[in-house]
Amino acid sequence: MASVAEAKWLPQKTRGSRRIKSESLTGYGLISPAVFLMLLLLAYPFVLAVYISLTDRVLGEPGKFIWFRNFIKLLQDSLFRQTVWNSFIYTASTVFLKMVLGIILAVLLNQEMRHRNLVRGALLLPWIVPTSLSVLTWLWMFDSLFSVVNYILLSLGLISKKIPWLGDPFWAMVSVITVNTWRGLPFFAISFLAGLMTIPKELYEAAETDGARGFRKFWHITLPLLQPVIAVVVLFSTIWTFADFQIVYLLTHGGPINATQIFATMAYDVALVAGRIGEGSAISLFLFPALLVVIILMLRYLRRD
Amino acid sequence: MKRKTLRTVKRILGLYLPLAAFLFFALFPFYWMLISSFKSNPELYNLRTNRLWIKNPTLEQFQELFKKTAILHWLWNSFFVAFLTSFISMTLGVMAGYALARLRFPGAQAFGLATFITYLVPTTLIFIPLASVVQSLGLSNSIWSLAVTYPTFLIPFCTWMLIAYFKSIPKEMEECAMIDGCSRIGAMIRIVLPMAIPGVVFSAMFSFTLSWNEFVYALTFISSTAHKTMSVAVPTELIRGDAYFWGELMAASLLGSVPVALLYSFFMDYFISGLTSGALKG
Repeated sequence: MASVAEAKWLPQKTRGSRRIKSESLTGYGLISPAVFLMLLLLAYPFVLAVYISLTDRVLGEPGKFIWFRNFIKLLQDSLFRQTVWNSFIYTASTVFLKMVLGIILAVLLNQEMRHRNLVRGALLLPWIVPTSLSVLTWLWMFDSLFSVVNYILLSLGLISKKIPWLGDPFWAMVSVITVNTWRGLPFFAISFLAGLMTIPKELYEAAETDGARGFRKFWHITLPLLQPVIAVVVLFSTIWTFADFQIVYLLTHGGPINATQIFATMAYDVALVAGRIGEGSAISLFLFPALLVVIILMLRYLRRD
Repeated sequence: MKRKTLRTVKRILGLYLPLAAFLFFALFPFYWMLISSFKSNPELYNLRTNRLWIKNPTLEQFQELFKKTAILHWLWNSFFVAFLTSFISMTLGVMAGYALARLRFPGAQAFGLATFITYLVPTTLIFIPLASVVQSLGLSNSIWSLAVTYPTFLIPFCTWMLIAYFKSIPKEMEECAMIDGCSRIGAMIRIVLPMAIPGVVFSAMFSFTLSWNEFVYALTFISSTAHKTMSVAVPTELIRGDAYFWGELMAASLLGSVPVALLYSFFMDYFISGLTSGALKG
């Protein structure tokens, strides 16, 4: 990922101009199919999204140009404001949880143990299995009548009455945050583990001879050296969580009473269920500023290295 | 002796106990999926038995699933789309990745940057207009809509992964081949690609998974039962109104999860080393 910074694709003057010309031709030939596909199915739809968001298009009718009225209407809409708030809560809590738990898990996985690859593989499972299918399992685990989570907690005596996981605004948010953390934690842990593996052992040995122990070694060596990886992973996860769809769509469908409604689920409901495509596009586009911030921070970060 | 016991206790408290907690959190849903799909309905909804175990394992749920639903179709659709799109994306990704890693041409840097940025674009940002683009291409409600759109997020990923692998291969190898009369493309296919096999396997596997798991596009572009992929068919076709047939749902989820899990168990070493080396060369 740091290759943006490493890349020095400047034409070399020492070579013959003919060589450069043929190299350029090969280069353009090799990238053109990818470029064509990206322009048609990524860049063009993006421009189209901007255009549609400025119209009052509904399903079946092209609609007319209304400038920024969709955006103004949304900003005045209390449901949309709640969606913005929910999206921030959802993103901030899951990214924070994944980061803290991810660091702990990575430190654990970095130790010598038997069956290390098996353990690593098993812990990756939530991340590689289709999310829509594992979320169905969570839906069943949170079922109002048959919840196995409640069954376990009650059996252990940790709670005295059933928790309404998906039926109560607060617990519904806790549920979607739990499931998102469950799904995303492996990515954090394994990326941090990759970072940990690059830290030279000599640093710890040197610190030990100077009398540093357990937590101080972690605080003064591990954390500072892991910081670049943490930053990149957090940025990645921030944009993906902000734009997340399927966990909330399948678990709570934004409910109860919109307590877990986030950008993507609201955009889907407004555009494809209610058929107000212009307004739905406008909601989706609210993800763009977040994306822009992440891109800028990421490029700045990668350039610095 | 005492010292040894102390170390064992420390290791249990500091490593095995927390690790066991993480493993429980990660794996319990799969355990629950597994045992729910092998229970009969009376046992599944009986609150008085030990619910964490199966008394009478049965294949009922799977039999119902195969009898009543188009599950084989959905599995096939998922395979077809995932295989085709990873193949397309790997081919285009190898081409673009090689160009960016080795060739110098004006605009290369801009293209590299664009690839990186598109890698970050979430599908939910453009799924609404993309639906109308897919429609004007005449592809809506067909799995070809997925075959053309999935590469838009797979190609940036493959390109980006492969650049790192290609760069780690010494240039001299190809230069020798080219002096001996091999063309640039020939050198790429015969020299560089075989040396980048771990990267190629990793990217292909990951593309397959991303495509097998994709949800938003598949939900938006495809509406008829026969053309759905597993990830969308199971939650939309098996839940009818307020009726949840949990046994069948869990059995279907298991069938949709096993292929990727198998893929990973076969290539786990490639995958772990890919993730811990290529993925974050930051």
